[in-house]
Amino acid sequence: MVDRTAISRKLIPDMIQTAKTTEPAWMRTILLGIALLFLLCFLVLPLAAVFTEALRRGFGAYLASFRDAAAMSAIRLTLLAAGIAVPANLVFGLAASWGIARFKFPGRNLLVTLIDLPFAVSPVISGLIYVLLFGMQGALGPWLAQHNIQIIFAVPGIVLATVFVTFPFVARELIPLMQEQGSEEEEAALLLGASGWQTFWRVTLPNIKWGLLYGVILCNARAMGEFGAVSVVSGHIRGKTNTVPLHVEILYNEYNFVGAFAVASLLALLALLTLVIKSALEWKIRAEAALQVEEAA
Amino acid sequence: MDRRRFLYAASALPFSLIGCGSSGNSGGQAALRNVSYDPTRELYQEINQAFGRRWQAAGNPAVMVEQSHGGSAKQARAVIDGLEADVVTLALAYDIDAIAERSKFLPANWQQRLPNNSCPFTSTIVFLVRKGNPKNIRDWEDLAKPETAVITPHPKTSGGARWNYLAAWGYASRKYGGDESKSREFVSALYKNVPVLDSGARGSTTTFAQRKLGDILIGWENEAYLARKEFAADGFEIVVPPVSIKAEPPVALVDHIAGKRGTRKVAEAYLRFMYTPEGQEIGARHHYRLSVPEVAERHHADFQPVELFTVDGMFGGWKAAHQQHFRDGGLFDQIYQPGT
Repeated sequence: MVDRTAISRKLIPDMIQTAKTTEPAWMRTILLGIALLFLLCFLVLPLAAVFTEALRRGFGAYLASFRDAAAMSAIRLTLLAAGIAVPANLVFGLAASWGIARFKFPGRNLLVTLIDLPFAVSPVISGLIYVLLFGMQGALGPWLAQHNIQIIFAVPGIVLATVFVTFPFVARELIPLMQEQGSEEEEAALLLGASGWQTFWRVTLPNIKWGLLYGVILCNARAMGEFGAVSVVSGHIRGKTNTVPLHVEILYNEYNFVGAFAVASLLALLALLTLVIKSALEWKIRAEAALQVEEAA
Repeated sequence: MDRRRFLYAASALPFSLIGCGSSGNSGGQAALRNVSYDPTRELYQEINQAFGRRWQAAGNPAVMVEQSHGGSAKQARAVIDGLEADVVTLALAYDIDAIAERSKFLPANWQQRLPNNSCPFTSTIVFLVRKGNPKNIRDWEDLAKPETAVITPHPKTSGGARWNYLAAWGYASRKYGGDESKSREFVSALYKNVPVLDSGARGSTTTFAQRKLGDILIGWENEAYLARKEFAADGFEIVVPPVSIKAEPPVALVDHIAGKRGTRKVAEAYLRFMYTPEGQEIGARHHYRLSVPEVAERHHADFQPVELFTVDGMFGGWKAAHQQHFRDGGLFDQIYQPGT
């Protein structure tokens, strides 16, 4: 607590802008203009294109794209994969970041590195790992086949690949947050006689809740949008192992551009929603931090 | 507060989702799985429905055919890696050979088990050109001329594109009486005219039709008809060269998987259905050339005449063609150097 207020006090004078520390007006206009132009070309235009293409044949055709059985099954599968991957990585992320932020143990740095692995590895490789492991030519494939267990080219493989690529999001969000907060409050709670669970629910969780939600939102967006890793393990069985992004590719290849962009617009809407929630959370986190600074002062 | 109840609810969510996921899959109905290459979606959609009706009319329980589509070699790889296919319907025999060889899921002589080299439908390689044929493309010769842009997918990643490549090579080989260096020169000149090699046939069509790149799209005849219909407003024209290759996409029962899944009987009936007049008529509607003479006779006028050579006759089969042309460091690699 004390440390943080000290840091905040040090930072505040820098935030007060003076004529000397700001750039001239023309410079600001140019820099801002470049940034906005870049945004327009690379974000706004493609996004607008998705919706124009999707609505090219009217709103009826747009809606019809979702009534298709294959589209429905793709949406269901995507929800299922995200519905498993997000809670799994939530639990893992909490446990890992708590362990890493609160304790020093041999292999701690290795664990941090391993958590980052899915960020470093290309998604296609992540998918291939599972094919090499569970495929018929792989290490476990023949045994699985003998026992009639399908992992890849079936739903479990898609879930596994999704869990893998979304692995770091929650942990990466929480580790710095928990490290910054320190363990004083938890220690105080324990000294005052709170049990482990009580400490977790009343002290740890309230402190990290917005950061946690932020991680979950990003994790969910990636889980629903993942293409590469899932494409490798999917087998592309229509109505069975196609997720929403894979279904978009299929529709596009069938010259069904309205359908492809309609389904893609679903992912775009998800992205927009994610951004809105993300900004709201960021605002919330900042507001709360400011409040704490005030209280401490 | 209600934290605990919330936690229980949250942890139960994925399991309830699994529940509805799996109940959706196993709806009592027998399922047959056809692992196919990319541009056969429209064909099999119709075949599957018609076969389902016939099969049920013959007093059998309802059957649902599940489709999986992708690049031919990629699909073969997936079957080898464990994608359970009762039947495979791929772009070239080489890919099914690979399954037979690597996984032993079907006997090596699989191609002799069904009529016409196990190809119920065949096609040939033709050109799609822009409205009015402004570059006056008539024959393979015109594709190697300077100032001509040709669109064709990459033969290493697309099964369909190997047929394109071999068609060009076969044409040259016939023209120059089998002189390899002259054939090589011709095919080199042709591939120098290719501004972009997409990874799949549909990608190339989109490049040509939507992105408006190139003067000629080389492709399967049935795909050319489909593209002409899909992009009717552009008024593309189909040019059938005097000589081309007979494209033979074979079908096969994957004995091991069908045996394991108990689908052998329905899978065999499914493949046989493609050779019935009804199945053949569906093929004709999708602009495939037919293998059953009686039905083919009826559609004789639908197809422009073309003199066809085969992979077996011209190249000594797929194994030899692959060894000579498509292996790493083979003739295609020598001919096509990106950026030159």
